[in-house]
Amino acid sequence: MNKTVIRIVGLIIVMATFLFISECAQKEKPILGSSDAALAVYVAPGDYDEFYAFTSGGFSGQVGVYGLPSGRLFRQIPVFSVNPENGYGFTEETKDMLKTTFGHIPWDDAHHPELSQTDGVPDGRWLFINANNTTRVARIDLKTFETAEIIEIPNSGGNHGSPFITQNTEYVIASTRFSVPIPQRDVSIDTYKENFHGTLTFIKVDPDDGNMDISFQILVPGYDYDLSHAGKGPSHGWAFFTCYNTEQANTLLEVNASKNDKDFIAAVNWKMAEKYLAEGKGKTRPGEYYRNHMDHRTHSSVSELKKTVTFLDPADCPELIYYMPTPKSPHGVDVDPSGEYIVGGGKLAAVVSVHSFSKMLKAIEEQKFIGDAGGIPILDYDATIAGEVTNVGLGPLHTEFDGKGYAYTSAFITSEVVKWKLGTWEVVDRIPTYYSLGHLMIPGGDSRKPWGKYLVGLNKMTKDRYLSTGPELTHAAQLIDISGDKMKLLLDFPTVGEPHYAQGIPANLVHPNTTKIYELESNEHPYRAVSEKEARVERDGNEVHVYMTTIRTHFKPDNIEGVKLGDVVYFHVTNLEQDWDIPHGFAMQGAQNSELLIMPGATNTLRWEPKKIGVFPFYCTDFCSALHQEMQGYVRVSPKGSKVPIKFN
Amino acid sequence: MNSRSRWILAIGALLLVGTYFFPLWSITVAAPQYPEGLGIYIRINTVDGQHKNDLKNLNLVNHYIGMQEIVPESIPELKYMPGIVGFLILSGLAVAWKGGQRMLYVWLALFSALAIAGLIDFYFWNYDFGHNLDTEHAAIQIEGMTYQPPLFGTKTMLNFVTTSLPSGGGILAFCSVLLGYVTAFINWRENRAS
Repeated sequence: MNKTVIRIVGLIIVMATFLFISECAQKEKPILGSSDAALAVYVAPGDYDEFYAFTSGGFSGQVGVYGLPSGRLFRQIPVFSVNPENGYGFTEETKDMLKTTFGHIPWDDAHHPELSQTDGVPDGRWLFINANNTTRVARIDLKTFETAEIIEIPNSGGNHGSPFITQNTEYVIASTRFSVPIPQRDVSIDTYKENFHGTLTFIKVDPDDGNMDISFQILVPGYDYDLSHAGKGPSHGWAFFTCYNTEQANTLLEVNASKNDKDFIAAVNWKMAEKYLAEGKGKTRPGEYYRNHMDHRTHSSVSELKKTVTFLDPADCPELIYYMPTPKSPHGVDVDPSGEYIVGGGKLAAVVSVHSFSKMLKAIEEQKFIGDAGGIPILDYDATIAGEVTNVGLGPLHTEFDGKGYAYTSAFITSEVVKWKLGTWEVVDRIPTYYSLGHLMIPGGDSRKPWGKYLVGLNKMTKDRYLSTGPELTHAAQLIDISGDKMKLLLDFPTVGEPHYAQGIPANLVHPNTTKIYELESNEHPYRAVSEKEARVERDGNEVHVYMTTIRTHFKPDNIEGVKLGDVVYFHVTNLEQDWDIPHGFAMQGAQNSELLIMPGATNTLRWEPKKIGVFPFYCTDFCSALHQEMQGYVRVSPKGSKVPIKFN
Repeated sequence: MNSRSRWILAIGALLLVGTYFFPLWSITVAAPQYPEGLGIYIRINTVDGQHKNDLKNLNLVNHYIGMQEIVPESIPELKYMPGIVGFLILSGLAVAWKGGQRMLYVWLALFSALAIAGLIDFYFWNYDFGHNLDTEHAAIQIEGMTYQPPLFGTKTMLNFVTTSLPSGGGILAFCSVLLGYVTAFINWRENRAS
């Protein structure tokens, strides 16, 4: 046969084989679906997960509570968003939790949960989370899984770089993503460069009860301060903030804020700030903000309006703050467990820049400055940099650590987790995610003691990963096994809202400490009725106060007369139960706010303005016992001016 | 009585002091909805929950079947019992001190009679709680069903498995009366020998 023909046939066969193999390789899905992965995430009925995961709700304003490795959703904690399901934000007790200087804000955009720490290790006491839009920080009590406090941050716009925790929860730190006129005033947007500033806020946390108050704010040049992390170990006492838009653009930032090849990581010496405050360098400036917290004795929120904050101006406070140039519009700034390495994710670069804390101190000492920005010294890039991780994928955003010498960086554009070694900066493994990974989380992965067994990827896009629900899809988290040399994808699970950051903690640091009931004898709610003898109805002008009790399986009183059109009725419902998992619900026909879901021993209040004459039922909404369906009552509503007296049983 | 048997009797009488500190009897109920357990202790002067709110929660559960509420204050025996046991301790110590044989037998007979009377009384209280049901208000009424807990042992009633057993104080009281009989036996053997 002709040699050329043989060659051509041979070539065709090779090409066909190659095509066939590559086709097969594309169809093969990694690990997922294998029985190994199924066993690794299987938590038998009645068994407990090894870790809690707390995912931010993003635009849902809530926090999702999950178990790992199962990916099971346990609860959604309402934080910044009203929740008619249990009355949060609607009841008389909780509505002021959402009070701000802008009025009642029923929603927000929650990005970064952060667990309280002791000695740089998550301690399971509180979870903090930011409100990005109407700038606030909330504290969730992990005994009750309820929002215990919300503090507003004045002189801020877009509270994105927040809330990050110092090693012993001395401070919750926050930065303003959008620089704004400080104090707010009516100026032309074109005057951005002269009138707009940023602030870095340090919120003091009471070590005993967790109560927050703003300790001081640092006035900084008008860039976009994006994310943050506090130092730890040797770098304890410092806090780091990424910023972009050092171009100081005020329109079309997509282009105008992407020009400089390096922006900054700001390094703030907060121990120095404390020294300056003690020396009286702080200036009292206007800054109105609300601090709302739940008083656990009265089961009611208390709001206080504060009028001023203390400012530190870097111009008066040398050695307070330095800028470290970092490529390119850096997003995440993450400090490794040793506290030595400060990792900046160059959002628009293909490189992760790792600064060395000890080199930074040396550079400061040797004054290796290349200039200043608004009076703040800019350090020489080569003097602080410890290494650059190249081949890290495109769009590196965030980095977490496993405590075994490795770092894991999320690459948004190339949609992958990239594992690299601290010190040598070489990439050792990578795994694709589905799709477009934002934050990633290893339990304790931003602390001094990561529990480096699992990694959760928090994806921004879902597409075809689940059965379709139309144009709007759930978001997808992915659980990855990082216990071995090679990362293994174990599980996809849907998440609440759009998760940004998340936190994880071993279950035994939280689960045993949780509250089962509220003690009835400790209930100091002003409208409580702690026994059926105290149940009653009282009229006060056009207000009718119903002191109601619930216990399996009835309301007392359950027949109420004498309510008239034009009255405002307050149902103060006390749940007399003292048994775990016996809440009672209270729903009133025509109530324009929500229902109540009253935990054992608590008192909650529903405000009801009757709109129609007649007799209207109320009932229990939480299936409480075999006689739950019998748990009901009536309110008679008479015409305005009627002579029907207040009557109840 | 020789000094050894007098000591044994004294120790026996003193064991009864433990009944002031440890419950006499324990009644627990188990059901799938109560993985953490639910139970009461019968003490020398009161009835209380094994966990903080157990008595309240047991009464709540019992109200479905029309059982009377367990109100410790309304059980008169609980008022007398500390005094009766106190008398047994002091008189037991007095017998050990004096060493009189007749006194020993009288004390032992009295103790035994009181113990048996106590158990019978406990049985009748259980009978009353189990049978004397409020049929007018009970939501759950099952033909022929009664709810008397056993004196000793386990019994299933509807969804609950009820277990009734002596607890620390009850066991100490049993040991106390046993030591009384040991004293009497030693005496009897000595008498026979001499």
